[in-house]
Amino acid sequence: MKFQRMVALTKKEMKKTIRQPAALFLIFLFPIVFVFAFGASFGGLGGGQPVYQIGIVNMDQATPPQSSLLFIDALKGTDILSIQTYTDNQTAQNELSQGRIQAVMIIPATFSQSLESYRIAPNNASKWTNASVSLYLDKGSIVATQAIPPIIKQVLTVFIGQSQQVFPSPINLKTTSLEVKQTSTLDFLAPGMFTFASIFLIMIVAQSFTEDRENGMMKRIRISPTTPADFMLSQVISYLVIALIQAILVFVMVYLMGFRPNVGTSVYVFAFILVLIFSLSNVGFGLIIATISKSSSAATGLSFIFVLPQLFLGTFVGASLSSAAQIAGKFVPSYYVTDALTSLFLRGATITSPVVLLDLAVVSISCVAILAVGILLYGKYYKI
Amino acid sequence: MNIEKGAIPNMKTSAIFIENLVKKFEDVTAVDGVSLQIEEGELFGLLGPNGAGKTTIINILCGLIKPTKGSCKVGGYDVQEDIIKVKDLIGVCPQETAVYPYLKGSENVDLFGNLYSMNKQMLEARRAMLFETMGLTAEANRRAEKYSGGMKRRLSLIISLIHDPQIAFLDEPTVAMDPQSRHAVWDFIKDLKKKGKTIILTTHYMEEAEELCDRVGIIDHGKLISLGSPKELISRNGVKDLEDVFIKLTGRKIREEV
Repeated sequence: MKFQRMVALTKKEMKKTIRQPAALFLIFLFPIVFVFAFGASFGGLGGGQPVYQIGIVNMDQATPPQSSLLFIDALKGTDILSIQTYTDNQTAQNELSQGRIQAVMIIPATFSQSLESYRIAPNNASKWTNASVSLYLDKGSIVATQAIPPIIKQVLTVFIGQSQQVFPSPINLKTTSLEVKQTSTLDFLAPGMFTFASIFLIMIVAQSFTEDRENGMMKRIRISPTTPADFMLSQVISYLVIALIQAILVFVMVYLMGFRPNVGTSVYVFAFILVLIFSLSNVGFGLIIATISKSSSAATGLSFIFVLPQLFLGTFVGASLSSAAQIAGKFVPSYYVTDALTSLFLRGATITSPVVLLDLAVVSISCVAILAVGILLYGKYYKI
Repeated sequence: MNIEKGAIPNMKTSAIFIENLVKKFEDVTAVDGVSLQIEEGELFGLLGPNGAGKTTIINILCGLIKPTKGSCKVGGYDVQEDIIKVKDLIGVCPQETAVYPYLKGSENVDLFGNLYSMNKQMLEARRAMLFETMGLTAEANRRAEKYSGGMKRRLSLIISLIHDPQIAFLDEPTVAMDPQSRHAVWDFIKDLKKKGKTIILTTHYMEEAEELCDRVGIIDHGKLISLGSPKELISRNGVKDLEDVFIKLTGRKIREEV
């Protein structure tokens, strides 16, 4: 491996990117325009019929806690809630912070008592024993914070058997996520945006390799004493630099648009490292496409086969998709990057949290494997 | 380019040695039992119709593709076994105009100079000399995408010779050039020969081969069908020039690349 060759090839690749208006737009300008457009005007996410994972801690002290159990059954009876019960709050909160469930509901000790008091004197609120059902929401999920409270409130109202338009309720729903009220839509989108920008490297890599092959430059490089290791390493370095610049641009843009996560420098450094590791898989996918594409125009079209699943299943877009699509998302690396960034920026997880470390492990292993497959395939069919 | 002293064993007798070379692409035999020896300092013309197998032979000699059968040595090194040493010795100007359009002319040349591990001073000196010789000095800092077709061909030639190779493969180097550029390239090739370089030239311009080459080999359907100096071939076939030799030996039927 020769440093002089690698530097020369890396500089070449950087100049190529910077001097090609189309590539420049796709890599650098597109994320900026994209962040601006979404950050400025995104009004909510729709679509799909997702199933929300709710953890319930039943503290009801009635013997037996008949009313709370019936309430839980009523919640289970809805198609869009998946209920899991926990014996203690701490375990449920841990699951919530790891992103495994989207809300934790605490049924208070006086739940059955409150309901009984209401049924005895439904029209005399002064005789009710008031109680509050606490609801803790996943601060990293815009859908959870917006969709779950009204659903639970509706089930509760029907269960109590009253019209809340007329009377106050003996049992109130207390949403315990003050941060949510201070969080904008952009905050929910930002983790996915970091991932989103890097995905388009797939197309750039595929086009670059097929173009170089078409115009004879790959042949020219192969005739020179450049080794496959010199060449591939220089390409990977070039695209890592591009990915880093992309991540910085996206960060600056979302910061300017108001994204201010309350995290330390180490979390930002970790986030950038994660995005860089993720970009390796995009280089790998680009190489796989370059291997099977006969021309750069074919490479552009084929790129979408790899770009779209990563984009729709693995970034912020996935939050609004069906549960099946969300499960499918677990098969694309971008899902784990977005999940880790969401945990870090929005759920308050630390970089040593098991969920973040698991995401890092999945991203690292899958991305290095995809890159290796890309290099081997390209090397086998086209030589380097 | 630093050539190890004595790195070209027996160069006086054989810069290129090809023995019973065969290359098949599925059911097409592109090269069919070619044997050939090219001496050090010789300017050898490889002639033939489109698809005759000229470029395939060059690609094998450069290590780009493997032969189906036979062996070949470049500068005394077996191409299959010592390709790294072969790559240090050769310069190749490919048939296609292979330059990076978004790089300046000088940047294209510098990139390949660095791939050949040239030091900065030598690279700058060689680059200046070659741009001057090829009449591109004024255009050195323009992007290659702004060059005319002939200018790109000349730039491609500079790239292939920037590291001062001992053996140069020039695959149709003057195609698409105007007469002025073509004559400039001819002069440059003659100058290379004077410096003792071995040159393998493919061309469809018979007057070019007649003007430049010490010997020519005519290839057709992958076989070497005639070999000798232009004068010998003209005399042997009883015609007035090399073009007549070519037509007499390969016929008038139009060929297509396979």
